Amino acid sequence: MSSTTEAITGGRLMVELLEEAGVEIVFGYPGGAILPFYDELYHSKKIKHILVRHEQGAIHMAEGYARSTGKLGVCIATSGPGATNLITGLTDAKLDSIPILAITGQVATDAIGTDAFQEADIFGITIPITKYNALIKKADDLSRHFEEAIKIAMGGRPGPVLLDFPKDVQLEKTTVRKASALKIAPHHYERPKVKGDPQEFADALNQAKRPLLYVGGGAINSFASAEIKALAEKANAPVTTTLMGLGAFPGTHPLSVGMLGMHGTAYANKAVLECDYILNLGARFDDRVAKYQDFAPNAVRAHVDIDAAEFNKRVNVDHILHGDLKDAIREILPFVKGGDRTSWIENIQNLKKNHPLDFDNSGDSIKPQDFLQKVYAKTKGEAIVSTDVGQHQMWAAQYYLFDKPNTWLTSGGLGTMGYGLPAAIGAKFGNPDKTVICVTGDGSFQMCIQELATIAQSQLGVKILLFNNNFLGMVRQWQELFYEERFSESQWTYNPNFVKLADAYGIPAMRIEHKSEIEKGVEFFLKDNGSALIEVMIPAEEKVFPMIPAGKSQQDLIEFKDLGKLKK
Amino acid sequence: MKHTLSILVNNHPGVMSHVSGLFTRRGYNIDSIAVGVTDNVDVSSMTIVLNGDDFIVGQVKNQLLKLPDVLRVQDMAYASSVQRELVLISFSISETNRSEALTICNGFDVKILEMTEDSLLIEFSGNSRQVSNIISVLKPFGIREISRTGQIAIAYRNQNAV
Repeated sequence: MSSTTEAITGGRLMVELLEEAGVEIVFGYPGGAILPFYDELYHSKKIKHILVRHEQGAIHMAEGYARSTGKLGVCIATSGPGATNLITGLTDAKLDSIPILAITGQVATDAIGTDAFQEADIFGITIPITKYNALIKKADDLSRHFEEAIKIAMGGRPGPVLLDFPKDVQLEKTTVRKASALKIAPHHYERPKVKGDPQEFADALNQAKRPLLYVGGGAINSFASAEIKALAEKANAPVTTTLMGLGAFPGTHPLSVGMLGMHGTAYANKAVLECDYILNLGARFDDRVAKYQDFAPNAVRAHVDIDAAEFNKRVNVDHILHGDLKDAIREILPFVKGGDRTSWIENIQNLKKNHPLDFDNSGDSIKPQDFLQKVYAKTKGEAIVSTDVGQHQMWAAQYYLFDKPNTWLTSGGLGTMGYGLPAAIGAKFGNPDKTVICVTGDGSFQMCIQELATIAQSQLGVKILLFNNNFLGMVRQWQELFYEERFSESQWTYNPNFVKLADAYGIPAMRIEHKSEIEKGVEFFLKDNGSALIEVMIPAEEKVFPMIPAGKSQQDLIEFKDLGKLKK
Repeated sequence: MKHTLSILVNNHPGVMSHVSGLFTRRGYNIDSIAVGVTDNVDVSSMTIVLNGDDFIVGQVKNQLLKLPDVLRVQDMAYASSVQRELVLISFSISETNRSEALTICNGFDVKILEMTEDSLLIEFSGNSRQVSNIISVLKPFGIREISRTGQIAIAYRNQNAV
């Protein structure tokens, strides 16, 4: 501990700690119990505060910012309802391993536990959904908790942390401050030394005739893209990524077989069945990917992860390397040999040819897959894309090819509707020079639609691609296929006029309904760096394929061409 | 199968919630939990008994070790550790069965804390099986109240001796 000579308030100290750590932007919403902190923030020249319309928007913006920049995302809320509005975002960040610092106001320490106005036990509530949390009882403890929180959020497997900050502690004076070199720079924190035998690990890969690399979100968090590319090319091994891993390996690379899992490509899922060696790089055998212990039934399984608790959690593996992915691959690489894998690669090419991503593009209606391909072409794949959750999310994952990490922002683990718009806003603040597109649906969009005001207020250039089928599309798809077309509560019998709504916020908007309007629509939507909304009317019966029905495994994959069979 | 985990944690407020909450949300059932501070005031020792196969216990250990306040997790094998539980039992006696009750108490190495005309309050410690045993032996007398501490455990230093 070192001490400053001058005593300052807890609120002031919090602002200084954030500044020193390098925090440049915070997303928040003021209220009674956090006012002393906001009063100090008022004087900060280094930290920009973005005023949101709902705290859920604040934390998803922090997530979008964190995912697209690799830095820490920071959000602020007041006590009680302000704090509880962060719950969804904290859970989302926990499941997707996103480094988030949430600072919440709390009623004064002498009022805690008395059911005071706007009091909620946010410390207790967030225990299961944060990586670390603390109630700061004295201003003297603030610096210690802050350091702990930042290290934990950014270090190892990243995650959300929450500091609950009582109003009187914000006003209390302290001289206690840890001399620390906290930085929110990416990959700055603890990287546990790689444990395991990289040579033995590489030997198994070398012996494989049909190896497959299976890349997850850990690759993004570890900034391991270059290493993965080097490994894939050296081993001549095809690469599939999870939904979270999109962009960690170039989607346009000849060795890419795209996404695997429930709505992954047929060729990726078939490759999983055929491979004789599967190397999991920073994924967690999530249940949308690996249903059973017999995942990759013909393969020797190997797993690299920074979180030891992930080993053998859902699927048993034969080889383990515990540590940071980037470091681990660097240790494996020298032992990896080329090997002739021509027939395996040919096999993969045939799978790609015989089981392509497919949809019916005849007729006059606009197909979302087609539209997304045109957006991809127009942006040359350079955009940052956020999504909400549902059919549009899966179409975007399938038809927009991601070549770079940190350009694909989606709620993978929790499947949070309402995530897309605020995440795009956060990403745009972090990447003002890039095109940021929020792909959303009429259901998801309405869950955080109030953040249109945040776009308007900041004159932010966020592009909104709204697929409207007047349905909860994915729910409808399941009801059609598995509930005998009983569309229980999945149809919107009322939707607002989204174009007029955008207009009300001063955001240029346009609706298109016919195939002939696609070109005009794409042009309008992407013409400059400003914000825009394009509402694309799509057929309600359009479905996402391929699909592995819930509870089934790779063997049970249904392709677009199987649809006829399924309906019988 | 029963497992006994000995867990060292930082002695902070909220740590107990973090640990027990982990069991709740992952669906693992705690049979007993006993907590006390160690010789170091900053460190507490928790003994948790849970029912589960090796896979579940392995998962629990892995998840516990991820909590920043958890310092060490030890799975106590029965043969290489001492496991004890304390129980306080108040039960009814009458003139006719008083001497029988006292004989049992002597046989079990029980400490008698209070004796009234119609009741006995006793203290007993032993492993969980012995504690359950004495409870079932005293049941016919009419048990008024029971309080068990939950099991605590410590590993023998010399693992070869057992």
